[in-house]
Parts: sequence; C-alpha cells; structure tokens
Amino acid sequence: MITFGSILSSSWPKIFQIISVIVLFFGFYGIAFAAGARIKGKKQNSLAIGLFLVPALILVMTGLGIPAIQTFIESFKNADSSKWVGLANYTNAVKDPDIRLAFINTISWVVISPVIVTTLGITLATMLNKMKREAFAKSLIFMPMAISFVGGSLIWNLMYAYQEPNRPQTGLVGQIMVWLGFELKHLLLWSPWNNLFLMVVYIWGFTGFGMVILSAAIKGIPTEIEEAAQLDGATGFRLFRTITVPMVRTTIIVVLTTAMVGTLKLFDVIHTMTGGNFKTDVLSNRMFDENFVYLNYGRGSALAVLIFLGVIPITYYNIRSLRLERKH
Amino acid sequence: MSNKGHASSRPFTSPIASMVVTVIAVLWTVPTFGLVVTSFRKKEDILSTGWWTAFKNPSFTFDNFRAILFESGGTVGEQGMIPFAINSLAITIPAVLLSVGLGLMAAYALAWIPFRFSDHIFYGLFALQGVPLQLSLLPLLTFFATGVQLFGHTIFPQLHIVGTLAAVWLPHTMFGLPLVIYLLHNFVAALPREVMEAARVDGANHFEVFRRIVLPLSVPAIASIAIFQFLWIWNDLLVALVFAGGTDDVAPLTLHLSNLGGSLGSHWENVAPAALFSIIIPLIVFFSLQRYFVRGLLAGSVK
Repeated sequence: MITFGSILSSSWPKIFQIISVIVLFFGFYGIAFAAGARIKGKKQNSLAIGLFLVPALILVMTGLGIPAIQTFIESFKNADSSKWVGLANYTNAVKDPDIRLAFINTISWVVISPVIVTTLGITLATMLNKMKREAFAKSLIFMPMAISFVGGSLIWNLMYAYQEPNRPQTGLVGQIMVWLGFELKHLLLWSPWNNLFLMVVYIWGFTGFGMVILSAAIKGIPTEIEEAAQLDGATGFRLFRTITVPMVRTTIIVVLTTAMVGTLKLFDVIHTMTGGNFKTDVLSNRMFDENFVYLNYGRGSALAVLIFLGVIPITYYNIRSLRLERKH
Repeated sequence: MSNKGHASSRPFTSPIASMVVTVIAVLWTVPTFGLVVTSFRKKEDILSTGWWTAFKNPSFTFDNFRAILFESGGTVGEQGMIPFAINSLAITIPAVLLSVGLGLMAAYALAWIPFRFSDHIFYGLFALQGVPLQLSLLPLLTFFATGVQLFGHTIFPQLHIVGTLAAVWLPHTMFGLPLVIYLLHNFVAALPREVMEAARVDGANHFEVFRRIVLPLSVPAIASIAIFQFLWIWNDLLVALVFAGGTDDVAPLTLHLSNLGGSLGSHWENVAPAALFSIIIPLIVFFSLQRYFVRGLLAGSVK
C-alpha cells in the first residue's frame, strides 16, 4: 500500500526543483529589471538585447541550430561516426526494403491524412456555422486535441482489440464487423489496411484543430459577399464551392500544411500501437529505432535529414507568404 | 438540400447537416467513452465481454484505480502512477515558464528594439520553427553529456544533467522557443505604437516599457500560448523517450503509459485507468481554459 506520505517524501526533491526554477527565473530577471531601469542612454539598448534576446537565441541555437547542422554532417558518416562514407547512408536507405516501406508508408500518411483532416474540418466548420448547440458539438470533436497521442493510441487499441472469432469481441470495431457480417480481422495486423487504422487515430486527434481554425475563417467571411451570391441563386453546395472554399483558401492551406508537417514527424502513434511492426513503419519511427535501438547514427541521421527535406518546401512556402504579408 | 423559393441562408444548414454533425460528434466521443467505461469494470468482465455490454448488468468498481495509484509493487511500478504525474508536472512547469518567459522578452526585443540583423534573426527563428526536432535529438543528447566546442572554444558547457528532469525540460524549452517567439511577436508587434512612444518620451527605458506596458497588455496572449505549450509538453512522447533516458525516475506519464501499453498489452484493467489518469489533467486544463486555447491556436494560423 502506498500512502500520500511516502509519495510526498520521494517527490519532495522534484517539487523543490520546480520551485527553485521559478524562484531563480523571477529572481534573476527581477534583479535585472530593477538594475536595468536605472540605466539611461545608448547603453540600455545593448543591455536589453543581451538580457531579452540573447538567452533565447543561445537556447535555440544550442537546441536546434547547431544540432541540425551536426546531424547533417553525421548523415555522411558510418554507424558510429568514425568514418566518412559519402552518400552511402542515403543509397543504402533507399535499397533497404524495410526503409523503403517506411518511405511509402510515410508518403501515404502525408497524402491521405491531411486531406481527410482538412475535408472533414471544413465540412464540419461549414455545417456547424450558426447551428444550434454549435459550441457543444465543437467541444466534443475538439476534445481529442487535449489528449496525448499516446493516450489516443491506447484508446484506439481498445477500439481495435481482437478476440478469437468464437469468443465475444472486446473491441467495438471488431464487434461492429461481426454485427455487419464481415469477416473478423485482427485489425492492427491486417496489412496494408492497418496503416489506415493508425491514420484514424491521427485524424481523430487532429480534425478538431482544422475545424476550429476553419470555423474562425468562415465566420470572418463578410456577410455581404454571401448575400450577393445568394441573390445570384447560389445555395447549398454551390454556395460552399463558389464562396466558402475560395474565401478561406489561405486557411485551408494552413491546415493542410500543418497536418502535413505533423504527419511527416508523427511518431507517437506508430511507436505506441505497433512499434513499426506489421508493415506499418514510418520514417520518423524508423529514425528513432536506427539511432536509439540499432545505434546506427549515420543512417538515423540520414533519415532525419530526409524528414527535413520533406518539410523544406512547406517552410519555404510559409516564409514567402510571411514576407509578403509583412510588406503590406 | 436547397428548396427553391426560400434559399437557405447558409450552405449545408439542413436536417441532413445536423445529422452528419451529430453522427461525427458521437463517433469522436465513443472511443474515449469506451476507455472511461473500461477503466471502471472488473478485470474478468473486461476480458470476457465488450465494454458496451457493461450497462446490461452493471457492476462497476474503483479497484482498478486503487491498484494503479496506491498498490505498491503492482504492475504499474513500485510507487504507482502518481510519481509519474509529478514528473510530468516537474517537466512541464519549468519548460512552459522558461519558453514563454524568455520568448516574450525575445519577442519584445525583435519587435521594438531597433538593431542590425533584427529582421534576419526573426526570419531565422521562423525557419527554425520548421526544423523537425528529430534532427536535433541525438546531437543535443551528446551536448548535454560533453558540451559544445567550436574551434577549441567551449560555447556551451558540459551539463551534468543527463538522467535528471532538467535534461527533459531544457530540450522542451529549446524546441518550443521558436514558435512561442513567433506567436508572441505577432501580438507584441501589434501593440499601439503611440502608447509605447509616449512611455519612451516620458523617459521609460526598455526595461520599464516591458514591465509596465508590454507585460500587462500581453496577459491574454501569454495565457493562450502557455496553455498551448502546457498541453504540447505534457502530451509529448518523443522528447521524453530520448532525454528521460529510460529511467523511471524522471519518466513523465506519457512515457510510462507507452511502456505499459506495450508490456502489459491486454491488461486493460491497468492500462485503461492509467490512460484515463494521464489525460485527466490536460482535459481539465482544456475544458476550463478552452477559449484561451482556441485563441492561441488562431493566433498562429489565421491572420
């Protein structure tokens, strides 16, 4: 039996650590602000930059900038980074059938799930607009956003749970298949469809995001435009196609690209549900396994670089739109 | 769906639309509901029948929760689930405080202190936001163990933090900063120029302007981004998996849960309540602060 007392005594150092981080942070900046307020003239600009910006920059460079460059370099070295091997990690990765499968799976993830998330998101956002109990339905669909993908994976593991056909099913999806008279399958082992069943978890978790953002965009459409279109006789689906979709085009792209980057990096669902087995591996999970299970740093780094290459066009596009926007 | 004569004022507003929305809302809720029901069922019931049959002859119990929280030496670990929740808090709170605190100051510096390269730094940070953290995991782990040397100079000292909580919340702070700075920059840069300039004319320097004007005016933005960061860090698995280094001592809930799901496989009498326990705090945060959360999302995506 565990008592609160025993938990408290063993966690005390951790609680103390939380408190000391808070105290140190506010203490340091409290003193810095008190001292900084006295300084006038030109010196204060550099002091302010030093205290406001430099700590964040050091952390970002140490955490992201320099490591990214290092990974890039590592990707041209062998498993324990002792020798240069040129492009071997990349060419071997393409030849390896397991990694090639991870590639194909990643591509299908990146193509299929963002499209479904965005389509469902805009459909729901349009249907929910001005509907009764809009907020309630939105909350329910949005709720999985708060749940970790680990939690979501376990929730869906339960949905997909499988028992021998002669026993009562414990997974709802399997039971529904039985009710409908389909052949019972162990869904997570059923390649290649198991990839789709894993995507369901992501779609379930992320559709709320698309819906909420698109819903805000739809509410921003000027009513005059909608009314003008209605005077011209546009209703129902035509109104949706000719007015709603074009008017929120930028937001659709935001949702689509966010979901694409998300699926490209997606790791938790695969790691928790199948561990990349049963032909469900993806680049991100494979990269983790290469680095931390097989200890092949060269190849792991090469896979990380490949994920990055997938993100580059999206980042480039975003920077371009950001620059355009800032010019206005 | 449109009947001519009186055109429906919005697309898709019809009984069919209500039905579709209802069906999807139910579909989206059923899986979580199944987990909730399962976590209150007896072990032998969970194994023998589906959770949807539980209402025919209900026999619910709190035993599963008692087992994962207060039974020592149980399947979930020597100390039960609560220490993992404390780890989650001890990772999330410092990471949120530091990323939002440092991020707000950096956002102010980039928006209101004119200096050379300010724009370059801003775009650089924005670009780094797109770098998948997969690219940084291994080198950063090495940095923590050996420090960073460039041309013989130590840029970043060797930190003796491997295996501690700091080794988990520090990467979270680093990875979170670019997005936090970008979102807060959007907000801080939009503060009225007249107010800022009036304060400057009155002789206030950057420290005073930040403390007396920027900080109070940014509270709503800070709240929404802090919630966003909180959920993101609380729910993370990958960073924890790499930087918590396989020791239960600093593992957050998600990491422990992921291990349970794998090792205990079908022991739903443990996994279900443990999963429910792990999502309770984010759900409370989410439902009580939903409005701020949505605002934070919108700040990043709709302009």
